[in-house]
Amino acid sequence: MRIIVIGAGAVGAACALFLAEAGADVVVIDRGGIAAETSSRCEGNILVSDKAPGPEADLAIVGNRAWRTLAERLDAERLPGQPTTEFEAKGGVVVAFGDGATLEDFAVAQRGVGIRAVSLTAPELRELEPHLSHAVAHGIHYPDDAQVQPSLATQAMLARARHLGTELRIAEVIGARRARGRIVSVLTADGGIQSDAVVNCAGPWAGEVAALLGSRLDIRPRRGMILVTTPMPQRVFHKVYDADYVGAVGSDDAALQTSTVVESTAAGTVLIGSSRERVGFSTALTLPPLVEIAAKATKLFPFLADAMLLRSFFGFRPYAPDHLPAIGADGDVAGLFHAAGHEGAGIGLAPTTGELIAYAVLGTPVPLDPTPFLPTRSSLAAA
Amino acid sequence: MSVCIRFDGEELVGRSGQTIAGVLLVAGHRSWRTAAGAERGIFCGIGICQDCIVTVNSIEGVRACLRAACDGDIVEREVR
Repeated sequence: MRIIVIGAGAVGAACALFLAEAGADVVVIDRGGIAAETSSRCEGNILVSDKAPGPEADLAIVGNRAWRTLAERLDAERLPGQPTTEFEAKGGVVVAFGDGATLEDFAVAQRGVGIRAVSLTAPELRELEPHLSHAVAHGIHYPDDAQVQPSLATQAMLARARHLGTELRIAEVIGARRARGRIVSVLTADGGIQSDAVVNCAGPWAGEVAALLGSRLDIRPRRGMILVTTPMPQRVFHKVYDADYVGAVGSDDAALQTSTVVESTAAGTVLIGSSRERVGFSTALTLPPLVEIAAKATKLFPFLADAMLLRSFFGFRPYAPDHLPAIGADGDVAGLFHAAGHEGAGIGLAPTTGELIAYAVLGTPVPLDPTPFLPTRSSLAAA
Repeated sequence: MSVCIRFDGEELVGRSGQTIAGVLLVAGHRSWRTAAGAERGIFCGIGICQDCIVTVNSIEGVRACLRAACDGDIVEREVR
């Protein structure tokens, strides 16, 4: 059975890996390259801390466990010269400037679905993050929050898939050939590729790809920006973010929203996020969000006021109108499947998404109920 | 004219106008920082890559490739 995966980001790579491991003949197509867009323009988050109880939290909890075994396996099986995924379960600390009641309520609800969330006293918070502003008095520790280096992790998944026979082609998809409502081949500028099934993993471009393949899917881009400092001795030990982050991710507001997310990398740089803006694929006017991010981060970690910035970057997060990824069979075109719309959580949710796609296409065992994520759900129907 | 700096307790002598990186390289140091377990020193040599940073007179993040060595400078390694 030949399966075409469109998109070589983290989600496409994970789908290719699980499909190839289930014995399928997989061809991955990407117009740019491996992790050329969203998956290399993010922080590599594998978070449970920002998920409210519900289907996405369930997916994140299963995904968090899946990453632990997957990263270990990918690192152990890597080819000579191939870097590791840099998986690190550094844990998250969510803080609030106010009385912390909202934070605490959120944590109580999360504990109800099995997310580990440890309330911290002020001295405990100080012990975990000694450089945090003294104005911050409340915090919750999420020991299971983790991360990978997202482009290396994507490369590692694809390298493993290719080792199992998966083929990677750099080409732009321009359409599909259908017979009796079923996709029989995907057309690229370099010619057609026969297919028994097609998986759309085009991230923020998944809506455009769905249209090219004769269907439709309501996935749109949301721009997110990140600042990078010069390397420095380590002063931030977890992913530290303010409680606004949860609200910003789940928000339906089109205007600029920022919330502070600060963490240090293995190289010594500090990553400072984050913003959410609905500006289409615009690359213009990036200064206002950066100014806001920098000002807020300095409130959280005063030492950042003297830090030098190395660069900034942004990526487009794919979001669905109901803020859940679309994973499973298309409702109109037989043989077409989608795995897109993971917003800022695509790296963390990638392995489980791959498993759900292998289930949808090949019927392999499923790690959790796929129903809430089906692209045919009513909350995803285009208005 | 020569300048004398201290690096890890070691006295190093360089020429006036030489960068800190120049003085360290002449003294045989190829790397003076670790990041992600790997050794870092001069990479670009023109102030862009930030790999050669050191702490000079208690000021962090100084690019050794750009900063001229001054008499009496105390240069320290930075660990992530």
